[in-house]
Order: sequence, then structure tokens, then C-alpha cells
Amino acid sequence: MEYFIQQLINGITLGGMYALIALGYTMVYGVIQLINFAHGEFFAAGGYVGAIALGYFAGIGYMETHPIICLTASFAMAMAYCAYLAVGVEKIAYKPLRKESRLAALLSALGMSIFLSNGLMLTQGVYDAVYPSELFQGRFDFGMVTISYLQIMIVSLTAFLLVGLNLLVFKTKVGMAMRATAQDKTMSALVAIGSNRIISLTFAIGAGLACAAGIMYGLYYGSVRYDMGFVPGIKAFAAAVLGGIGNITGAMLGGLIIGMVEIFGAGYLSSEYKDVFAFIILIAVLYFKPNGIMGENIDDTRV
Amino acid sequence: MIQEFKKVWKPYTIGMLWLLGLLWPLLGIHPDGTLTFQKTITVWSYLLAGSFVCLMIYVLKGTDSLKFIADPISRVAGNIKTTSIALPTWIWLGAGLIVALIYPQFAGRYGTDVAISVLLYICLGLGLNVVVGLAGMLDLGYIAFYGVGAYTYAILNTTYGLGFWVCLPLSGFFACIAGCIVGYPTLRMRGDYLAIVTLGFGEIIRIILNNWMELTNGPNGILGVKPIGIFLPVFENGFTFEHFWMKKLQLFYYFALGLAIVAALCVHRLNFSRVGRAWESIREDETAAELMGVNTFIYKLLAYAMGAIFAGLAGAFFAARMRFVSPESFTFLESAMVLCMVVLGGMGSIPGIILGVAALIALPEIFREFESYRMLIFGATMVIMMLFRPAGLIPAKRVGTRSEEKEG
Repeated sequence: MEYFIQQLINGITLGGMYALIALGYTMVYGVIQLINFAHGEFFAAGGYVGAIALGYFAGIGYMETHPIICLTASFAMAMAYCAYLAVGVEKIAYKPLRKESRLAALLSALGMSIFLSNGLMLTQGVYDAVYPSELFQGRFDFGMVTISYLQIMIVSLTAFLLVGLNLLVFKTKVGMAMRATAQDKTMSALVAIGSNRIISLTFAIGAGLACAAGIMYGLYYGSVRYDMGFVPGIKAFAAAVLGGIGNITGAMLGGLIIGMVEIFGAGYLSSEYKDVFAFIILIAVLYFKPNGIMGENIDDTRV
Repeated sequence: MIQEFKKVWKPYTIGMLWLLGLLWPLLGIHPDGTLTFQKTITVWSYLLAGSFVCLMIYVLKGTDSLKFIADPISRVAGNIKTTSIALPTWIWLGAGLIVALIYPQFAGRYGTDVAISVLLYICLGLGLNVVVGLAGMLDLGYIAFYGVGAYTYAILNTTYGLGFWVCLPLSGFFACIAGCIVGYPTLRMRGDYLAIVTLGFGEIIRIILNNWMELTNGPNGILGVKPIGIFLPVFENGFTFEHFWMKKLQLFYYFALGLAIVAALCVHRLNFSRVGRAWESIREDETAAELMGVNTFIYKLLAYAMGAIFAGLAGAFFAARMRFVSPESFTFLESAMVLCMVVLGGMGSIPGIILGVAALIALPEIFREFESYRMLIFGATMVIMMLFRPAGLIPAKRVGTRSEEKEG
């Protein structure tokens, strides 16, 4: 039983990260019906920039004196960086292809993904970038179950970001404009919503969330790699599909489920095949219920 | 020219400033708490110079200022075109074949080795072309079938001692089975979902190869795969056949050439057959194809299986040539590379794919010192091709004429 609870806690931690990445996929898909293959690279770039920023703060000696401020600043800087990256990527690689066939946009996204991950490799080296490990060393012990401060931090920050995103999308004017653009670009243009700005904003928000997940991943596992965006990217896509692509609540739920499945699969079945479970779920969902668990009806050209 | 330049300088400047802002955090912030600008500026100025040259060429081309260069080139190209049309196709094909046949006599060991890679990738690219170019399904797990073929030969050879010629059809067969297994559940989907699911399947197959220690020896790979054995007639002591191991590189080259030619012929024949037309109709509009009585599911499965067979045959040859297989040869990046070749050359066009493979395998061999930039350039190539020339370097010719072309 303790083992189960321990795995549950680990699963929530991992699932939260997947949920954050999945949101980017689902939001972009909702607005322009494109699978943004480069999204995993935003996650990896976020992890790297977080490592760079934390390393810098440690280098100038602020880390010992003001760890919380440094961490917040690193998150803010990295998220801003990824948003900046994503907006540019959208303008270069996706915007000119919006009228072209879907295959062209998909191939362009794939090329961008390869380009970005190799760009990271060339600037940052092929070896792992190490995160400072002295942050959040402590833990709570409840008998056999342990919860580290880091896990608490990750889960609460994830919850904060998810709630914030929900408020943004469902309570503000900008969110309303985003939903309107996702539903019908022509109609929303007629009521004076600039779809280009909304699309840029969507990319920026999605990349920022993926970036936060990247830093959490780095803190949790201790290091980041230039090609780490690939597998979590597909898993997060599986999460987005599981929740019903285009559906924000669904992506959050799907991320949690995928994280749980991976942790429980690794714990109870086989740790070598842990990556396979997410893919099997993805395939099963697409086969039996392509709309996902919370998805609306999608017309068959999308599936 | 100034007019034209005025139109593009603004986005160009913004783009380059964006790039500067992108590069600096990665290159200029150091963990010891120092900020530097020198390296960023150096890298950025190289990129600036390179992109500025490209921009100038683009602008000048738009304003016909390059007439004095472009005109002779287009005249030469026009001449070549008229000659190529004047001469029948079989002369060109024959000339190409002769060049390919005598190539290893002139090229050294290294040149032959590169040529074998090119031929192998041509085979792979043509197989992928059936799936992506003809049937219009984006397959991102294609290299998995290559892996299945390679592992089939390696396992059958090292465990059961079966020869290459028995294993070659078996490799194709097993890859075909794998293609059907993957294709059956996935082919109900269209477009983007299909791409991501094939990607998932490709990864699953790689993970299985990596973890099934008893069968595949895991990440260590399988060593000691035998090369291709052939029987050659020997005229000493009368007429007998003797068994040789194909160890000479030239023999491998000829075998790879044969494989590539067979693949090209098959794809060509398929393209201009009833099946090829069905594939093309599925690519253009699946719903309409279904309405016209094309059994889309069967044809899509057939395209998938066909692509897998070519990959499986190429995989068996790969195992025989390297005499070693390991899961690292079958990663997603390989899939992306083959896809990039198909996209660069032109989806659905056989000469285009040959050109694309030659460009992406042979050019990096020439620019050896830029080895680490290879994948970066591949990615950029894919984006740029999609932006400026989505049909590829040599676009595919359509079968027959179309109503919209007749009117125009």
C-alpha cells in the first residue's frame, strides 16, 4: 500500500509536467489545427535556459542568500525566452504555410524540431547540463512514503500555472478572443479579433508552460539533454489526444493519466518498457475513441 | 532593386535581431557568473553575413538584376532540356547505368563506400516514397521496418546459420508483416494523427529491439553477421560452383545497385499502374476516392506494406554489409533523414529522390569538417523546402493531363 501511495505521488509529479507540455499542443492545435512538432524542443530549450539562469545566479553568489528569488527569476526568464522563441518560430516556419496543405505544415514543423534540437546541441554541447542539486533537499517522511520538498514545489507550481491558464482562457477578454479564434477565424476576424496576434499569443503561452515543465524536469531529474524534448513531447501529445485535442481541461487530465500510467507501468510491470505504455494508450485512444475522453466531435478531416 | 530591397529589409532586420536575442542567453551567460558578448557577436555575424548573401540573391533574382548570370544558365538548362527530350529516355537511362556500372573501377574504396550508402538510401527513400509520395500518408516510423529487416537477417544468420539469399525474402516478408500489424490499426486515421502514431510505433519497435535481451542482445547489438555468400562458377578441374563470401566492396556495390534498380523499377511500375492511380486518388482526396469505389483501406495498407518490404530488403543488405546491427542505427533521426531526402528531391518523383539522396549523403561526405552541422542543415532544409519549393527539386510529373491544365 505504501508503495502504491508513493507511486501515486510520483505519478502526480510527472503527470503535472506532461499536462503542462500537453497544453501547448492542445492550444496550438485548437487554434490552427497543426501538430507543433517543435513543441518538445521548447520544453528542452526551457530546461537549458533554466539551467543557464540558475547556474548564473549560483555563479554570482545570489543562490545562497536568496534562493526563492533566484528560482522565480530563472523561471520567469526561461519562460520569457521560450515564448520569444516560439513566437519567432511560428512567424518563420508556420505562418507562411497556413494556407498550404497540412502535410507541408507538418513537415515544416518536423524540420523546425530537428533544427532546434541540433541548434541546442551545437550551442550547449552534447553532454547533460547539470542542475544545481542543493535546492529543495528536504523531505517529509510518512512511514514508508516520502514526499520531497521538490515534489511539493513542482506540484504546487503546476497547479498554480494550470489554474492561472484556466482563468486566462475562461475569464478574461483575451481568453475569449482565443476561444473565438479557435472556433472560427473568419467570424472572429469580423468582430475585430486579430487572429495573427492571438496565434502568436497562443504559441507564447504554450511554450512558456512547456518551458516551466522543462525546468521542473531538470530540477527533478538533475540534468537536461539537448534531445530530451522528443520522448516527453510525444507522451504529452498522447496526453493531449487522450484528453481530446483542442480541449484544455482534457489536456490537463490526459497529462495526469499518462504520467500515472507511466509510473505505475514502470513500478508494477516493467521499467524497461515504460516509454511504450504512453504510445499504447495513444494508439488505443485513437483507435477506439479518436475524440478523446473529453473531446467534442471533430469532423473527419482532422482525424 | 532599391524598391525591392525596401520591401524585405524590415522583416529581415527584425528577424536578425530576434536571432541575436535568441543566441545570447545560450552563448553569453556562463555558470561562473560572467556575461560575455564576444562569442555571440561572432556567431551572429557569420549568420548575418550568410543570410545577407542569400537575401541579396533573392532580391536580385526578383528584380531581374541577375540577368547576366541567370540568362546563360537558363539557356544552358533549356538546351539540356531540349536535348533530353530529343533523345529517347532509354539512352539516358542506359548512359546512367553504364556510369553506375563502371563507377567503382574509378572511385577508390572510400568513394565506393559512399556510393553504397547512397544506393541503400535510394532503396529506403523509394520505399518511403510509396507511402508518403504516392499514397500521401506521412510515416515517421519508417526506419523501424528497416530495423526489422536488418534484425531478421542478423538473428536468422547468427542463430540458425541461414544464408543471405534465404533471409533476403524473409526479411522483406517480416517487414511486410510488421507493416501490416502497424498499418491495420493506424490506417483508419488521417493526416497528422497517422504521423504521430507511426512515430509511436517506430519508437515501440526500437524500444523492443533495445530491451529484448534474449532475442536481440539489447543495446549491445548482434555481432558476427555473415556477409553475402555467392556461388561463382570455377573452371579448374572441370566446371564446378564454389561458394564465396562477398567481402570485396565492389561486389557489395553491384548488389546494392541491383537492389536500387529493382526498387526504382517496382516503384515506377506501381506508380503508373491501377494501384498507383488509386494511391494518387487517395492522396488527393480520400473521401472522393472512396466514393469512386476505391477501397481506401486496402490500398493504404498495401502502400504501407510495400514501403515496408523495400525497407526490409534494404535492412537485410545493411546487416550483411555492416556485419553488425544495434538499435542505435534505427532511431527517429534516421526516419527523419530519409523523409528529408524524399521531401528535398520531390515527393513521388523517382529521379527527384535519387537526387535528394545523393545531395544529402554525398554532400556531407565532401564537407567533412561540418559534420556536426549535418542534422541542423537537414532540419533547415526541410523548412526552407516547404516554404519555397514544396514540390521538391524535381517535382513529380502527373499522370495524364488535368482539366485545369487544359484550360490554361
